[in-house]
Amino acid sequence: MSRPADVMTALLTAGAARRVRALATAEVRLLVRNRTAMFTALALPVLTVILLSGIGFGEETDLPLGAVVVTMLAGFALLYVVYYNLVSAYVARREDLVLKRLRVGELRDAEILAGTALPSVVVAVAQVVLTAVVAAPAFGMDVPPNALLAVLGVVGGVVMFVLLAAASTAFTRNVEMAQVSTLPVLLLCMGSLIFSGVVVPADSVPDRVRDVAQFIPLTPIVDLIQLGLTGQTPDGDTVGFAASWAEAAAPLAVMAAWIAIGAWALRRWFRWEPRG
Amino acid sequence: MAEAVEVSDVRRSYGGYEAVRGVTFSVARGELFALLGTNGAGKTSTLEVVEGLARPGGGRVRVLGRDPWADRAAVRPRIGVMLQQGGFPADLTVTETAAMWAGTLTAPRPVAEALELVDLAHRAGVAVKQLSGGERRRLDLALAVLGRPDVLFLDEPTTGLDPESRRNTWELVRTLLDDGVTVLLTTHYLDEAEELADRLAIMHQGRIVRTGTVAEVVASQPATVSFALPPSVPREWLPELPGALVVDDGHRVEVHTDTMQATLTGLLLWARDHDVELRELSARPASLEQAFLAVASSEEKETERAEVAAR
Ligand SMILES: Nc1ncnc2c1ncn2[C@@H]1O[C@H](COP(=O)(O)OP(=O)(O)OP(=O)(O)O)[C@@H](O)[C@H]1O
Ligand SMILES: [Mg+2]
Repeated sequence: MSRPADVMTALLTAGAARRVRALATAEVRLLVRNRTAMFTALALPVLTVILLSGIGFGEETDLPLGAVVVTMLAGFALLYVVYYNLVSAYVARREDLVLKRLRVGELRDAEILAGTALPSVVVAVAQVVLTAVVAAPAFGMDVPPNALLAVLGVVGGVVMFVLLAAASTAFTRNVEMAQVSTLPVLLLCMGSLIFSGVVVPADSVPDRVRDVAQFIPLTPIVDLIQLGLTGQTPDGDTVGFAASWAEAAAPLAVMAAWIAIGAWALRRWFRWEPRG
Repeated sequence: MAEAVEVSDVRRSYGGYEAVRGVTFSVARGELFALLGTNGAGKTSTLEVVEGLARPGGGRVRVLGRDPWADRAAVRPRIGVMLQQGGFPADLTVTETAAMWAGTLTAPRPVAEALELVDLAHRAGVAVKQLSGGERRRLDLALAVLGRPDVLFLDEPTTGLDPESRRNTWELVRTLLDDGVTVLLTTHYLDEAEELADRLAIMHQGRIVRTGTVAEVVASQPATVSFALPPSVPREWLPELPGALVVDDGHRVEVHTDTMQATLTGLLLWARDHDVELRELSARPASLEQAFLAVASSEEKETERAEVAAR
C-alpha cells in the first residue's frame, strides 16, 4: 500500500473509478446472494434501534428523539454494516484466494479494498440518510445547527471502520471466527453509544467513564453527529454554529487518530492470502 | 530488442527458509520458456516474484524492461497471470466473473470471445462453485488472456485438465505465440514442455540445475540400448562397446551410450558374427524425462552425501 496521498489520487483517476466500479458491481451481486450478510446490512441496525427504543433507551435524555434515532442508527450501521460485514467479506475473499487473484491484475491494493467495501458503505450511508430524511422529522428534530459536522462524522466513521475492518482481518483466521474477533470493537463501541449521552443523560455519566469513553472509536462519531444535529455537547451545553466548530475539535482529533491507527495497522498486518 | 523477461540471481525466503536460491534466466520476446522441477523446487515462488506479487529477497527482475514490483502500474496492463492457486467468488457465474475482471482491465477482449477461447462458452451462466476443477482452471486461463497480454505467466495451466482440454490449451498457447505473445509457464508434464517450449529450465531445491532447448538439456543424457541375451550366451561374451556403460540386472542388458550408432553397429555385427539372437532389442534416444529424473536423483544423492558429511 502506498502513501495516503497516492491512494487518493489513484482512487480519483478515471481508470481507478472504472476498476473499483467493476469490482463493486460483483460485490453487490455477492451481497445480494448472501442472506446472512443481507440481513446484517439491511435489517440489523434498524431492528436494534427499534428494540432499544422499545425498552425505553434514550427517553431520559433531553435530546430530541429524532436526533437520538439518527445517531443510534448511524452508530449501529457503522458497526454492523461497515465493520462487521467487511471483516467477514475481507476474510472470506482472502481465504478463498480471491484477494490473491485480484492482486495479479491491474487493480491497485487500495482499489481492491475500496471496491470490496463499496456496497456495504453505500448501504450504511443510505440507511443513515433515509433515517435522517424520513424518521427524524417524524420523531421531531429542529433544523440542525451544523449539519456539516454530522456529515463529517458519518464520512469519517465510514473511513475509520473500513480501515479497522481491514486491520481486524489480521487476527481473524476464517469467516466463522469473525463473529468472535469483532466482539472487542463491537462491545466497546456499543458501550460508547450508551455513555455518550444518547442513551443515558450526559450528566448522569460519571466524568471518569466519560474521560475514557471519548477515546473509543465510535465516540467521536457519535459526538460529531449529535453536535451537528442538535448543537449539544457531550457535557450537556448547547452551542450555536460558530461555537460548534470549537467543540468539534476534540472529537475530530480522536477520529483522525483512529483513522491513522487503522491505516497504519492495515499496512503493517493486512495479509492478502491465507496463512501459509 | 530487449528480453521480455529477465531474472538475475533472484532469491526468496519464507521466514528462515530460502525457497529460491539465486535463479537466473531470461525469456526472449515471442518465446515460450518452461520452468520444470520437483515439487517444492521453487517454481511458484520464482514466478510470483516475476509477476510482481512478491518482492525478491535479492537479485533483479525485469518484465518488458521494467521492475514488476516497483512499476506494477505500468507492467500489469501488459501481462496476464494464471496462478497455481487462485480463487473466484463462488456465487458469481462464469460470465459475471469474467465481466468483473474485464472491467478492471485497460483493453480487454470481449468476454464471450475469451470464454470461447477456453471452451467455456456453454458454461457461461453457471455459478463458479458448480464448475468442475478443470473448468475452473480454464476460467482462470480465460481471465489470464482477457487483457490481450504481451507476456503471459501460467503456473501449471493444464494440471487437472482432461486430455482434450489439455490439447485445446496447447492450441491456444500456440496461437498466442504466433501472435507474438511471450509465455513463461511451469508444468509437471514433460510432454507439454517438449511440445511447447523453445527453451526450458529444470529447477531443484531453489536452483536452476539444467537449462537450454529441449535438445540441449536432453543431450546431457546418454541414449539407451537394451536387449536380453539367450540363457546359453554368458554376458562375458559381449564385445567391448564404444564409450558405453553396461548395466545388467540378470537377464536384461542395458547399454547407456553417447554414441548410439557406433554402439548399435558394434552390437549388431557381433550378434550376426556369433549368430546370437538379441531378444527384445530396443534403442531409445535420451528423453526429457530421463534428464529430469537424473537431476532429481543426482541431487538427492548429493543431499544425502552432504547430510552424511554433516554427521
Ligand atoms: N507461503 C509459504 N510459506 C512458507 N514456505 C513456503 C510458502 N510457499 C512455499 N513455501 C516453500 O517454498 C518451497 C518452494 O515452494 P514452491 O511453491 O515455489 O514450489 P513449486 O516448485 O512451485 O512446487 P510445486 O511443483 O509443488 O508447485 C517449498 O519447500 C514450500 O514448502
Ligand atoms: Mg508450484
